[in-house]
Amino acid sequence: MTTTLGNVASLAARAGGSVVRQVKAVVDPAPARPAGTDHSASGWLVVTVVGEPSQIDTDRLPVPLAEFGDQLEVLVRAAPGDKGTELAARLRDRPSGSTLARLTGSDPQADLRSALRRAKQLIEVGEVLAVDPAPHGDRTPTPGGMLLEMWTRVAPKAGVR
Amino acid sequence: MKAVTWRGVNEIGVEDVPEPTILNSHDIIVEVGLSATCGSDLHLMGGYIPAMRAGDVLGHEFMGRVAEVGPAVTKHRVGDRVVVVSFVGCGKCWYCREGLWSLCDNGNPNPGLTEALWGQGIGGCYGYSHALGGWAGSHARYIRVPYADNGAFTIPEGVSDERALFASDAAPTGWTGAHQAEVRPGDVVAVWGAGGVGQMAARAAMVMGAERVVVIDRFDNRLQQVRTHIGAETLDYEEVNVPAELRELTGGRGPDVCIEAVGMEAHHPGPQYLYDQVKQQMRLQTDRPTAVREAIYACRKGGRVFTLGVFAGVVDRFPLGAVMNKALTLRGAQQHGHRYIPEILDLMSRDEVRTEHLATHVMALDDGPEGYRMFKEKEDGCVRAVFRPGG
Ligand SMILES: NC(=O)c1ccc[n+]([C@@H]2O[C@H](COP(=O)([O-])OP(=O)(O)OC[C@H]3O[C@@H](n4cnc5c(N)ncnc54)[C@H](O)[C@@H]3O)[C@@H](O)[C@H]2O)c1
Ligand SMILES: [Zn+2]
Ligand SMILES: [Zn+2]
Repeated sequence: MTTTLGNVASLAARAGGSVVRQVKAVVDPAPARPAGTDHSASGWLVVTVVGEPSQIDTDRLPVPLAEFGDQLEVLVRAAPGDKGTELAARLRDRPSGSTLARLTGSDPQADLRSALRRAKQLIEVGEVLAVDPAPHGDRTPTPGGMLLEMWTRVAPKAGVR
Repeated sequence: MKAVTWRGVNEIGVEDVPEPTILNSHDIIVEVGLSATCGSDLHLMGGYIPAMRAGDVLGHEFMGRVAEVGPAVTKHRVGDRVVVVSFVGCGKCWYCREGLWSLCDNGNPNPGLTEALWGQGIGGCYGYSHALGGWAGSHARYIRVPYADNGAFTIPEGVSDERALFASDAAPTGWTGAHQAEVRPGDVVAVWGAGGVGQMAARAAMVMGAERVVVIDRFDNRLQQVRTHIGAETLDYEEVNVPAELRELTGGRGPDVCIEAVGMEAHHPGPQYLYDQVKQQMRLQTDRPTAVREAIYACRKGGRVFTLGVFAGVVDRFPLGAVMNKALTLRGAQQHGHRYIPEILDLMSRDEVRTEHLATHVMALDDGPEGYRMFKEKEDGCVRAVFRPGG
């Protein structure tokens, strides 16, 4: 790699989101849709978990979902093709989410997505997988690193869009 | 403890980092015996997978001894000699149950990153960026292994550390390619790339009954390894026209199965290379699909093309017309090692899979930056630099 090309590569890498942005630009029809519609129009968020629908007691949901109390509507149905059970949840009161809201961590839809993922892990594995604290060396502060840290904070909740 | 870390694009460091601890009940801590560099690390080094942070511990191909076990672990005890698959799979979700372990729903605590990139998140991998979970890598004295009953495998007594090491990543990746591309007895199989992954894909194809296996690369020492240690034929793409040679080698048909084990930084002798390189550097395409294009072009009608090489985003000048008109099956995967490693270890113990020749340069963790430089430059015949954290 020549130095000039190397510099371009490292600049791009520091920008962090270049690959995601580029792929999204190719495949995502988002600009053609109204703003703030990263989620399905109905507001339902759904995960598929192993097991039969009868194994999920909607009156005794896993803690991450139970914490929402009666703010939540919940539906359970069998997934086609023996793929397990579809666990669907929807907030009764839904503010419109935005990318900014998600990145600043105040998007209830994203919180619900994260809760569904944790509920799925509790049902399937019995505990929520932890990655931190993971051993690492010196986190030299760079703009790319900070952006990535922000991403990884929201990554359990929803996509980075 | 000492660890080899990513510091920035093309910058590898050796740093002191905290030791890992058990965080989930199914974890074990492994004291790393050997930990290898992999072609995938080169993509991280070059910044082509831009989800690394300064200080991230590298390494995902490793073996060692169990140093600590979590309360829910049933298969392993302190002191066991184990090899660990590079992907993190829970064993419980639908994908794991289907044997598609690298697609595990519960192995990547940061699924949002790959969901944004690909529509769905995939599993996690040690030392492979925050997009694949942010798991600390194995170029260190100790590593934490979650879901250890699924991911760690006891090494049979007769298999050396140097051989078992490659049952972690290179060999199961090769097995994933040959098996998922449905190599059958009588097939002619062509493999692009004679690194650890390509060599193991060739061996897997032979074990699965392929009649003829041809490996393509340009490095003499790697092609020599293929002939000596794998027992496959070779082609040097700088000396011959690869699709033309393959066509005549196969009675005018083309190979039944074409396995690409090169990845997003492929090299090419023609002007197309500069085009791809510049577009990739300018971020107009994220990957250079040179070998995939050639594999698609060379493959027989109705044949199977498999990308084992790692790609991250979008590519340019993709020969979709050949895929469609020749009725090809195009597939790819990160490795589903959990399902292949028991068989690979068994074959290793019977000398039917030999891998120690891949460890051309064994060194201490302190030599991490030098090891990565030699591996990247393929200096002194380096096929894989291997670190021995114990010194
Ligand atoms: N799918 C998986 O789970 C998985 C696992 C491990 C590695 N990988 C990927 O597999 C690829 C190979 O890994 P490796 O460790 O063997 O890497 P490596 O860098 O050691 O080997 C790659 C080889 O490809 C050769 N090559 C480059 N351009 C070529 C071309 N146009 N035609 C033919 N050969 C060409 C190089 O000379 C080199 O020998 C990488 O992309 C790596 O990321 C995938
Ligand atoms: Zn690898
Ligand atoms: Zn799983």
